[in-house]
Amino acid sequence: MINKLDKELNFHHHALALRVGRQELLSSNVANADTPNFKAKDIDFASALNEKLRLNSSFGKVTLNTTSPTHINAGANSVLGDNILYRIPLQPSVDGNTVDMDMERTRFADNALKYDASISFINNEFRNIMLAMQER
Amino acid sequence: MSLFNVFGIASSAMSAQSQRLNVVASNLSNADSVTSSTGEAYRGRQVVFSTLQANPNGASGVKVAGVVHDASPMRQVFEPKHPMADKNGYVTMPNVNVVDEMVNMMSASRSYQNSVDMMNTTKSLLQKTLTIGQ
Repeated sequence: MINKLDKELNFHHHALALRVGRQELLSSNVANADTPNFKAKDIDFASALNEKLRLNSSFGKVTLNTTSPTHINAGANSVLGDNILYRIPLQPSVDGNTVDMDMERTRFADNALKYDASISFINNEFRNIMLAMQER
Repeated sequence: MSLFNVFGIASSAMSAQSQRLNVVASNLSNADSVTSSTGEAYRGRQVVFSTLQANPNGASGVKVAGVVHDASPMRQVFEPKHPMADKNGYVTMPNVNVVDEMVNMMSASRSYQNSVDMMNTTKSLLQKTLTIGQ
């Protein structure tokens, strides 16, 4: 039972970490809505989560190949790893900026709601366990 | 907790937009300033935004890379009685386009609102996170 809880929590742990990373990306898109030549970024949440669950190790760390132990391994310590993609603009603008505010705001709200949902799921999980443990 | 990074990004956007608003205010209030401390008419100013170095998650804030002077030609107004008129009777007026500036102001204030909204959303997410397991 506890094992099941652990598994469930692990899933939500990965999901929340990705949601936070995505929230950051989307906020950076909104913040740079007026920056010339800024390219909007996003992740494909489903495939990123699948990858995380498949690897299920340290958060998909991108590392450099080193040929000597004295080399500094400048690993990108990122939650998103190499899942960051550039958004394909529907209506490109003259200054090279690819932020579509309607789209970014919608995704931002959507992502926030799903983050909220994940937290609710975790809370429910705890509540179920508490209920099972209580003797009445 | 990387949700806090969203605060950093949103605040960088807010300060950049408020600087833009500041420049717009300067342009609008000096739209008719025919002289200044240098003795020349006021020249319009524009901010240049640039992306900050991205954090490991690929997200980046925004900063004002600089304030540049508007290179468009100055407005020449025929007003021979004006004390600043040249020998042909023309007064050099600032090259500020009031309509442009109003549009700029609206765009800046909307972007600022967007950032505030973003911050509020993130704040409620963080508060929700703190209630996990309660």
